Amino acid sequence: MSTVQEHPTPAAHPRGATAVEIVGAGRVFGGRSAPVVALEDVDLTVAAGEFVSLIGPSGCGKSTLLRLVADLDQPTSGTVRVFGGSARDARLARDYGIAFQQAGLLPWRTVRANVELPLALAGTGRASRRERADELLAMVGLTEFAEHHPDQLSGGMQQRVAIARALADSPSLLLMDEPFGALDEMTREHLQAQLLRICAETRAAVVFVTHSIPEAVFLSDRVVVMSPRPGRIRQVVDVTLDRSGAATPGSGPHDDAGDDLRTDAAFVAAVAAVRTALHGGGTGPRGVDLR
Amino acid sequence: MSTATAPTTLAEAVSSPAAPAAAGRVARLLRVRPLVAVLAAFAVAALWEAYKLLGPEQGWSLGETRLLPRTTAMAMPHTWDVAARLLEPVSGATGAEALWVAVLRAGASSAGIALTGWAIGVAVGAVLAVTMQRLRVVESAVLPLVVLSQTVPLIALAPLVRSWGSRLELGAVTWQPWMSVAVIASYLAFFPVAVGMLRGLQSPDTIHVELMRAYGAGWWTTLVALRLPAAVPHLLPALRLAAANAVVGTVVAEVATGLPGGLGRMILEFANFAASDPPKPWAPILGAVALGLLAAGLVALLGRALHRYRRTEVAS
Repeated sequence: MSTVQEHPTPAAHPRGATAVEIVGAGRVFGGRSAPVVALEDVDLTVAAGEFVSLIGPSGCGKSTLLRLVADLDQPTSGTVRVFGGSARDARLARDYGIAFQQAGLLPWRTVRANVELPLALAGTGRASRRERADELLAMVGLTEFAEHHPDQLSGGMQQRVAIARALADSPSLLLMDEPFGALDEMTREHLQAQLLRICAETRAAVVFVTHSIPEAVFLSDRVVVMSPRPGRIRQVVDVTLDRSGAATPGSGPHDDAGDDLRTDAAFVAAVAAVRTALHGGGTGPRGVDLR
Repeated sequence: MSTATAPTTLAEAVSSPAAPAAAGRVARLLRVRPLVAVLAAFAVAALWEAYKLLGPEQGWSLGETRLLPRTTAMAMPHTWDVAARLLEPVSGATGAEALWVAVLRAGASSAGIALTGWAIGVAVGAVLAVTMQRLRVVESAVLPLVVLSQTVPLIALAPLVRSWGSRLELGAVTWQPWMSVAVIASYLAFFPVAVGMLRGLQSPDTIHVELMRAYGAGWWTTLVALRLPAAVPHLLPALRLAAANAVVGTVVAEVATGLPGGLGRMILEFANFAASDPPKPWAPILGAVALGLLAAGLVALLGRALHRYRRTEVAS
C-alpha cells in the first residue's frame, strides 16, 4: 500500500476554516481543434460545515466542478484547494467522502463490508471498523441487513449503504453527485431528512450536485446556480431556513418535520428565487426538475 | 404435503432465515445434476448404438469423401464390448493387469503432468494479464503475440521443446522428459487465462475505479480490493478452458514426444490392435475423456469456493 498516509485528525480542520476554495477554475475538454469548454472562470468558497448545492441544467459543468474538488479530474486553468492544500493531497489523505448517483457497492462484499471499505483501505483495525460500520448502519436504518449482499437490497437501500460508506471515515467534507437522483420521491425525501440530520451531527461540509430545485433549497445553506456552455456560476442564492425540526430523527419512513419545512413560506420563497435565477439568462433551463 | 411434514419445514424455514432458498437450490442441484450427467452419458451411448444399428455397414460416401462412418465391429465396437474389454487383462501374458487398471495408471500419470501444466499456464497467464492491465503499452505489444502463439501447431512445437529442454542445465535438477510435456500443456493452458483474466481485470465499472481513486488507493490496493474480485466471473470459464487445454496438450504432447507411461503413448500403442482387438483402442480414449471431466470438475469445485465473487450488482 504505497499511498497510505497519516489520517489527519478532525482538529486539523477547525470550524470556521475553509473547506473548499476554487479560484478562476476552468476545464476544457478535447483537443486544440475542437475544444469544449465545460467550466469557465469559476470562483467558489465553501466554509467548513457549510452545505452548498450546485444546480443547473444538464451540461452546465456541475458534475465536472465536483470532480475537480474530488481530484478525479484536474482543472485546465485556475486552482482548486481543499482544506488549504491541493485537491490531490486531500484525496490521498482521504479528507472527503464521496457518493454518486449510482450506489456503486461492490457486489461480492456484504453491506457491512461495503461500509467498512474506506476504513479497510485506510488500515483501520478490524474491531473499530466493525464498530463504526454498525454505528453507521444503525444511522441509515439498515442494521438488520448488515450481512446481506447488495443484490438483495432495493435501490433506495443500496443508496443508503453508499451514503453510510461515504461517512465511514468521518470525513470533514462530503461530495455528492446526485445521490438521490435515481430514487422515488418518497425515498428521496426520507433520505434528504436523514442527510440533514447526519450533517448536523457530524458538522461536515457538503458539496451537493442536484437538478432538483426543492432538493437544493431543502438541504442547502447556499444554492449555486450554474449556466451551460460554457459552465459558469450565474448566481448564488442564500437560503435561511429553520431546519431544527427537519434535522431531528424521523420516526419512520415518513418525516413529517421535513414536510412542515417544505411548506414553509421561506422555503417557497427560496425555491422561487432559485427558479428565477435559473430562468434568467435567455435560454430556458434544460434538464431541470421544476417541481 | 402431509400435515406431519408441514411443521418441520416451517421450523426449518424459521430457524435459518438467512439463506434457505440458496441452500435449497444447492441441495437440489447436488441431487439432480449427477443424475442428469449419468443420463447424458447413457444418451451418448444410445446414440452410438442407434447409428450402429441403423447406419449403412460401409458408411456413406459422396465420391471420394466419406461423410458417414462405417458401422462395422472394427470401426464402431459395441459400447458393452468396450465396457467388457475394460475388465479383461491388457494382454494375453500371464499375470497381466486388467485393462481398466492400466488405463487408470496411465491416466494418473497424465493427470499429474496436466495439473503441473495447468498450474504453470495459469501462473504465466495471470502474470501476463496483470502486466497487460497495468501497462497499456504491454497490452498492445503482447496481446497480438499471445494470440499468435496459439497458431503454432503443437506437433511442430513438441520436438523443439524436448530438444531445448534436454540441453537445459538447471543446477542440481536435470530436465525430465515429462517436463517437456508439462511445458507444452502449459503453452495451451496459459492462453485462455491471459485473455479471460485481462478482460476480467478491465471489467470494473468506472464508478468503482473512481471510488478506489477517491479513497487514495494505489494500483496494488485497487488490484487486490477491486480488480481481482471483479475478474473472478471472467476467470472461472478461462480456468475451465485452460484445464481442458492442459489435458489435450498433455495427451498430444505425450504422443508427439513419445513419453511413456501416459494416456497419449497408450493411445498410440493400442491403435495397433484396431484390427485384432477393436474395443481395446477405445479404452485410453475413454480414459482421456474421464481425465477431461475430472479437470472440469475440479475447476467447478474451485468456482463453488469462489461463489461470492460471482454475485452481480442489481442496478438500482
